[in-house]
Amino acid sequence: MSRTTLGQAQPTPENTHTPSPKADPTEQESPVARTRRRRPGNRGPAGAALRTAHVLLLPAVLIGVYWAFTAQPGAGFYTPTPAAIGTAFVELWFSDRFFVDVLPSLGRLAVGFALAALIGVGLGVLLGLDARVRATIEPVLEFLRAIPPPVLVPLMIMLAGIDDTMKITVIVFGCVWPILLNTVEGVRAVDPVLSDTARCYGITGTTRLRVLILRSASPQIMAGLRLALALAIILMVISEMFASSSGLGFAIVQFQRTFAIPEMWAGMVLLGIIGFVLSSLFELVEGRVLGWYRGLRAAHRGE
Amino acid sequence: MTTTHEHTPHHLGERSAMLKVTGLQKIYNGGATAVEAVRDLTFELAEGELVCLVGPSGCGKTTLLKCIAGLMAPTDGTVELAGQPVLSPPPGMAVVFQEYGRSLFAWMSVSDNVELPLKEKKLPKARRAELVAESLAAVGLTEFADAYPWQLSGGMQQRVAIARAVAYEPQVLLMDEPFAAVDAQTRADLEDLVRELWKRLGVTVLFVTHDIDEAVYLGERVLVLSNSPTVVQDDITVDLPAERDQLTTRQDERFTQLRAHVYAQIQQAKKGTTAPAA
Repeated sequence: MSRTTLGQAQPTPENTHTPSPKADPTEQESPVARTRRRRPGNRGPAGAALRTAHVLLLPAVLIGVYWAFTAQPGAGFYTPTPAAIGTAFVELWFSDRFFVDVLPSLGRLAVGFALAALIGVGLGVLLGLDARVRATIEPVLEFLRAIPPPVLVPLMIMLAGIDDTMKITVIVFGCVWPILLNTVEGVRAVDPVLSDTARCYGITGTTRLRVLILRSASPQIMAGLRLALALAIILMVISEMFASSSGLGFAIVQFQRTFAIPEMWAGMVLLGIIGFVLSSLFELVEGRVLGWYRGLRAAHRGE
Repeated sequence: MTTTHEHTPHHLGERSAMLKVTGLQKIYNGGATAVEAVRDLTFELAEGELVCLVGPSGCGKTTLLKCIAGLMAPTDGTVELAGQPVLSPPPGMAVVFQEYGRSLFAWMSVSDNVELPLKEKKLPKARRAELVAESLAAVGLTEFADAYPWQLSGGMQQRVAIARAVAYEPQVLLMDEPFAAVDAQTRADLEDLVRELWKRLGVTVLFVTHDIDEAVYLGERVLVLSNSPTVVQDDITVDLPAERDQLTTRQDERFTQLRAHVYAQIQQAKKGTTAPAA
């Protein structure tokens, strides 16, 4: 009966659709970013210091191991030391390039993700509420979903040119699916008793949508958004790797082609950091939106 | 079995019909086979009356209740609330469902749950606050106003649902086996709560239950339903004093007689009716 149960449960709604990206661009992330993703789940108020230690310990060890590896005499040109990468990182990203490459990338990411969320949730509610519309549209959606989004890049270059429209379209096309499909499942799973209750008390129209349907489906919607965020970052980079003149993906490919190896690594590290920060922010928002859901699940398990 | 309602607080001469069910029939059409869940139900609830509806399990109580609540269209027959036909959930009706855990909004606090229907009624804020506070006090949950429903025990959650129904100020309160899922002690408390609220508010209550004791203990009248396809098998007036008490009332000789009578009726209902549906 206390609220200390809040936050213990990880939201893992059933029916979470995981799209399968055919290419695996996670290879481009640095080891640092990867290990940082695996954080321990204890969130007690007393464990702040311990938590920080947990978060930093493994990355520190891995960087240390990598450093020892690169410090060997025979270590290659392609694996610069962390010191070299760090220097390149500061020189690169604390300069104009931040505005030329990083900000446009983040802007496309934000617009693409927001559009995907809007389309995914909007269409998902429509499909979830109406069985006939669902039956009509679902086969087409299943087909479109099966197309790996990166193959749209060549097509979009022809249709929309190489500007932001192309890149945003690729992001939206790729990351709308988990949002859409999760929203459909969430909306369909609205409890019939609760739905009847709402009807009895005259809760209809937009209030019903806002208070009952969207809130009830929010665990699934948030799970979809979480998947979509990861996809959006991947697609942002991929869309910039082709026919582009700015952006992080463009920069990394350019560094690689000009053998600016520490700079290439610095780009990957920055991507890792961006991914980490965004997912932390997402978790923060999710904690606020789904506090009730985590508590509910904990209550169901515990009592 | 006739009686005068000498103790009932709302007895002011002739009571007008608040809820009127006439010739209600419900057939579920499922392709080739049609199942007649409810055949021909006719009964009335006078204003301010507390009537319990019992019947053998599977006799279509839920179907009936959904038709009365306007959640489901009957195949034939009519439901009238204060003279107006019920075609969709009417504003003068509140429902308390059996599944308390599924009828409260888990993402809203207890007081928000109670207040939401009042917002939809477009009541001014001050009035809403007043109603929420009153109804939560009436069910003894004032101090849990800011808690989430899932932080409360089952009995307390059902109290929240009752508070929400009471705050809605309905003309008719429908209760669909509201205490079937709570433990016996909580159940006794909640029964007394329903009696108390009913007497205080003068609301008309239709209380559906499968528990014969509960029906006799709570009701002014008990309607016994037959087996499916359902008709009203018997209409029994409960001539127990209005002041009821879990101990003395249940030991009352009259209580035992009435219970035996209802029990016999239900046994008969189980055997008696022919034409089994599905």
